[in-house]
Amino acid sequence: MTLDFSVVADAWKSLLFGALGTLFLAFSGMVIAMVVGVTGVVILRMQMRIPSLLVTLFVEIIRNTPFLVQIFFLFFALPLAGVRLNPTVTAILALGLNGGAYAIEIIRGGVESIPKGQTEAGLALGLHKHEVFRLIVLIPALRAIYPSLASQFILLTLTTAICTSISAYELTSVGQRIEAETFRSFEVYFTLTSIYLVISLVTMWLLAALGRWAFSYPQR
Amino acid sequence: MREIDVTRTHDSASRAFPKEAAPMIEMRQVEKFYGPFHALKGIDFSVTKGEKIVLCGPSGSGKSTLIRCINHLEPIASGEIVVAGHRLSDSQDAVDAVRREVGMVFQQFNLFPHKTVLENCILAPMRVRKLSRAEAEETARKYLERVRIGDQAAKYPAQLSGGQQQRVAIARALCMEPKAMLFDEPTSALDPEMVKEVLDTMVSLARDGMTMICVTHEMGFARQVADRVIFMADGEIVEENAPDAFFSNPRHERSRAFLGEILAHH
Ligand SMILES: Nc1ncnc2c1ncn2[C@@H]1O[C@H](COP(=O)(O)OP(=O)(O)OP(=O)(O)O)[C@@H](O)[C@H]1O
Ligand SMILES: [Mg+2]
Repeated sequence: MTLDFSVVADAWKSLLFGALGTLFLAFSGMVIAMVVGVTGVVILRMQMRIPSLLVTLFVEIIRNTPFLVQIFFLFFALPLAGVRLNPTVTAILALGLNGGAYAIEIIRGGVESIPKGQTEAGLALGLHKHEVFRLIVLIPALRAIYPSLASQFILLTLTTAICTSISAYELTSVGQRIEAETFRSFEVYFTLTSIYLVISLVTMWLLAALGRWAFSYPQR
Repeated sequence: MREIDVTRTHDSASRAFPKEAAPMIEMRQVEKFYGPFHALKGIDFSVTKGEKIVLCGPSGSGKSTLIRCINHLEPIASGEIVVAGHRLSDSQDAVDAVRREVGMVFQQFNLFPHKTVLENCILAPMRVRKLSRAEAEETARKYLERVRIGDQAAKYPAQLSGGQQQRVAIARALCMEPKAMLFDEPTSALDPEMVKEVLDTMVSLARDGMTMICVTHEMGFARQVADRVIFMADGEIVEENAPDAFFSNPRHERSRAFLGEILAHH
């Protein structure tokens, strides 16, 4: 068998845009996951029956069903509800909700790891509960679980490949198109693998840098 | 027992009760439960303005619980607590009013690790007292100076020693300009060589007329600044006495046993 990477090389522009598409899905998904994660934890902390139950239900549904099914569900359910979104936006939403469910669990662990004395000191100073959470507990809690959150987000980055199933614009869908046109399966997937590896490493590096910047205070 | 050295001679005037009758802190028939456990049993006492109380007693006797009820870190089952004229209830307004008047210092310092010393000190004044940043910083610098740690304002808590952290915690509470201060074993988590710097700070605060309730087993401190020593056991106030009388001639069997134990350990 002769290998011919020239077809892949010829498509470098499409691959580059595909990779950027993947990064765009991944980082948009992370932002939504972060918002969902923190919001979920805030709702759980309010200790109101129904809202807490809904959050728990959401987390359990997401964690116990395949992402592929979740993304198809959103893709076909939203139009029934009268919401029309293009595949890429649907994909971002699915990634964000999925990542968010895991983020809720992770961030909740972080919040629980913060000593009660921190909250008590804030309350004793006259701050209200929501101020204590936002100004005192949240940053140290995020710092405590940041490594877990970062690896969850790397997973989210790789999960973007599944978004090809609803034809969202990202690297795997671009690869599949090149493969369909050239029949060079091995060359295409070898190249995709290499590009995903680079994307992962770069994302890991970016998240680590972000962590160092956001949590730069010294810790004993 | 650790004696702190007295650099200034004791000023008996600072111990004198002020004229005004209205108590700064008053607890009447306070009952507190943790589930079925009866933690405070009919607590009745009052602290006048400028008075310094040392609260002691065996572990589990309810000392922390008592002072934590005063600023509603623990809600009470029944009874009444009045602080600087504000009657405590479960309503947020009442709780806010009381917390606005009393500062608290904890055994574990509880400084906020992600904020610098200065930021620790200006957070609540800006949020709660609605001071501008400039005003809050000015107040913070004044009190940091006062606890002799003004040069560390830009550092993070983790960069300070335990004694320094506790002094920052005291300054942070003072920045709210409270009318009374509650201390829960403020020197118990410190290495022995750092106890003195924190006690000195508390002594100087006492000299300046602050109303104080201190849970502590530092008997030197009690002798030096306390107007009254309150001894608790099993959720009850067993004995209330002037420090000299309490230490030299405790009235109750339990106080005697407790003092014997403290002396044996120091
Ligand atoms: N949150 C809580 N839930 C249940 N029981 C509690 C709680 N906090 C305190 N207690 C119990 O109440 C009693 C009084 O506790 P408290 O902490 O007030 O004692 P203390 O006099 O401060 O003791 P120490 O000298 O050990 O600090 C103890 O028996 C303790 O086990
Ligand atoms: Mg205690």
